[in-house]
Amino acid sequence: MSLVEIENVHKSYGQLEVLRGVSLNIDEGEIVAVIGRSGSGKSTLLRCINGLEPIQSGTIRFDGEQVNAPKTNLRQLRQKVGIVFQSFNLFPHLTAERNITLGLTVVKKMPLPEAKEIARKVIVQVGLEDKLTAYPDMLSGGQQQRVAIARSLAMSPKLMLFDEITSALDPELIGEVLRVLADLAKDGMTMMLVTHEMGFARNVAHRLVFMHDGEIGEEGPARAVLDAPKTPELSSFLGSVLV
Amino acid sequence: MRELVTGDFIWLLFAARWTLGLTVVAIVGGSLIGVIIMVLRVVPLAPARAVAIAYINVFQGTPVLGQLLIIFFGIPILTGANVSPWAAAIVSFSLYAGAYLGEIWRGSVQAIPKTQWEASASIGLSTMEQLRYVIVPQAFRISIPPTIGFWVHLVKDTSLASILGFIELTRAAQIMNAATFRPMTVFLTIASIYFVICFVLTRLSARLEGRLRVAR
Amino acid sequence: MIDAGSTAFFSAIGACLDPQIIWLLVSSVPGGLWVSAIPEATQRISGHLGLRVDYTFRFRDVWRHQDLLLEGAVLTLQLSGSAIVFGVLIGVLGAGMKTSQFRQLRWIVEVYVEVIRNTPLLVQLFIVFFGLPSLGIKLDAITAALITLSINLGAYLVEIIRAGVEAIAKSQIEAGLSLGMSRLQLFRYVILFPAVKIIYPAAASQFVLLLIASSVASLVGAVDLFHAGAFIESRTFRSLEAYLVITAIYLVMALFFRAAFAGIYHVVFVRR
Ligand SMILES: Nc1ncnc2c1ncn2[C@@H]1O[C@H](COP(=O)(O)OP(=O)(O)OP(=O)(O)O)[C@@H](O)[C@H]1O
Ligand SMILES: [Mg+2]
Repeated sequence: MSLVEIENVHKSYGQLEVLRGVSLNIDEGEIVAVIGRSGSGKSTLLRCINGLEPIQSGTIRFDGEQVNAPKTNLRQLRQKVGIVFQSFNLFPHLTAERNITLGLTVVKKMPLPEAKEIARKVIVQVGLEDKLTAYPDMLSGGQQQRVAIARSLAMSPKLMLFDEITSALDPELIGEVLRVLADLAKDGMTMMLVTHEMGFARNVAHRLVFMHDGEIGEEGPARAVLDAPKTPELSSFLGSVLV
Repeated sequence: MRELVTGDFIWLLFAARWTLGLTVVAIVGGSLIGVIIMVLRVVPLAPARAVAIAYINVFQGTPVLGQLLIIFFGIPILTGANVSPWAAAIVSFSLYAGAYLGEIWRGSVQAIPKTQWEASASIGLSTMEQLRYVIVPQAFRISIPPTIGFWVHLVKDTSLASILGFIELTRAAQIMNAATFRPMTVFLTIASIYFVICFVLTRLSARLEGRLRVAR
Repeated sequence: MIDAGSTAFFSAIGACLDPQIIWLLVSSVPGGLWVSAIPEATQRISGHLGLRVDYTFRFRDVWRHQDLLLEGAVLTLQLSGSAIVFGVLIGVLGAGMKTSQFRQLRWIVEVYVEVIRNTPLLVQLFIVFFGLPSLGIKLDAITAALITLSINLGAYLVEIIRAGVEAIAKSQIEAGLSLGMSRLQLFRYVILFPAVKIIYPAAASQFVLLLIASSVASLVGAVDLFHAGAFIESRTFRSLEAYLVITAIYLVMALFFRAAFAGIYHVVFVRR
């Protein structure tokens, strides 16, 4: 059994069909990079996995539990699936520490001292131990994004979803965030990441999925797919990003 | 007719406590109603929203004078109980304030980006927890300046309660003017009193707006 | 009745406000239909909810005075319409003065705006109507109301207009200049239209608020719509019915103009 099992998923916004029969499995410990043109449905696919978006047909299973069943407790499921967004989405009225402990104390009902202990651990993991008491608007983009990653990690998820988390960052800040991801990869975290960083995808991801027009255009081992694209769509896409 | 004496100005100054009292009570009553209106306005239930919108339209689309008189004459007819001008004014201004505060607060909640809902849902918070820990604290900050701004309107609008014979600042000035016939002095005096009250609130609102914009 | 002096004031704006046409308008909207159905509907409420009341609504008595209501409504519309014209003039002038290089001018506008916005409209009206005569300036009720409403609206518009003009980004102005536009062309094509688009919604809602607030004019004796209600009350002793009817008419007018202003916005600013 794979950790994530996506079977023939269809998803539309009104008339617009955004996912048109997507099937994909992700094993525990696997790192899957998703690439594709803007509007091809990458974010949508990610958001369907933790139930942020409902789907019209098909099934998504996480850890054996069907995400898109009405009786599923999405709150419980989301504790096990971390997601990090392009625009950080930290809670601006809370310190970095409280951003991290909120889920622990409120959702997991953990006593505050224990939650703070975990916050300290994950903030070290992302290299920001001196920023625990800072508010988001006092942090740089790269630092905010690392706090957002820490916030997800604190919930000890079984799967991490990353949606273009470096796209909103200045070039010189991208490295610090990618380093955190690389460390996570080394620790064996299961990850699915939408990215435009081809070099990173090639070095860190085990598998690469190319989304095209709401379908999976091509997939396979990251290096192999990038070095020898089989479809003209992927070739032209790679041609356009590697200018 | 008699001369204006210092005591008269002090009397006017003291009449301001009824203006302030009416405002404060209307703020309390209006806040309670405002919360109800805000909730009705956002719940995913068409009839509830329709009721709230109708309520808001009525109280924002009619003269306060009309609202005051309808309440003043309507309550005895509907309940059989006599109402004092004070009671009628309280009820009327509370209902009126509820319509405005409800809209201000709804706007504040809806001004919180959708991404904040998503981010808090993603760490497993329930709807109530999202509201309590993430949405309302932020909406509260946004809502403070416009809320105080509305208080200023309310202070000024309470002058209309004079139509019921309720003796607040404006009514007191009318009485004083009838006795002394010094309209310019009397009305400029109460205008200054209103100005001081409102200006302090206006400044406070502007200050907080500036500060909250930079704060988290 | 409206005296001759003020009638001249209003005739320009009021010409289009023919009572017959307004009546048609009022009775063609759903609210209007409902109001015209009232004379037949004399209702009885009693014993509901354990209340010891026995009251018969008699809207018929109020409705008998519909000509008064109509005259009052027309005066209310003329008064507000005129105040809007003058208020806009004051607002534009004030906003212009606020960007002036002379500190004194800016200061005058600031004081004006703060004083007006922080005192009640009713007290302003009392100062103009009761206070000015002691300085030898005697005004009839309508003129006093018109002056007060215009000055009051102007103060709110100064802020709205200034914010609208300031919202036009510097970059757009620079883009216009680099296209070789003259200052006049720049104002006309780059500043005016987008600025009006930003200003319009806030200004329009001020206009509707002014229409409603103009009811204070009745308190110094202007025979506007609200005054008609008070008059009918004194004639019929049907206080509740009288004020329900006129308040409903204000509501219909407010909703109508809000919809009309929104419609104009759509046609002028959205559809092109
Ligand atoms: N909430 C929404 N309502 C309607 N349409 C939407 C919504 N969200 C996304 N879409 C549409 O769905 C399509 C897929 O969007 P999605 O965000 O999944 O693309 P993406 O591959 O992530 O693109 P990008 O690289 O730009 O982030 C797009 O055409 C987009 O316009
Ligand atoms: Mg995307």
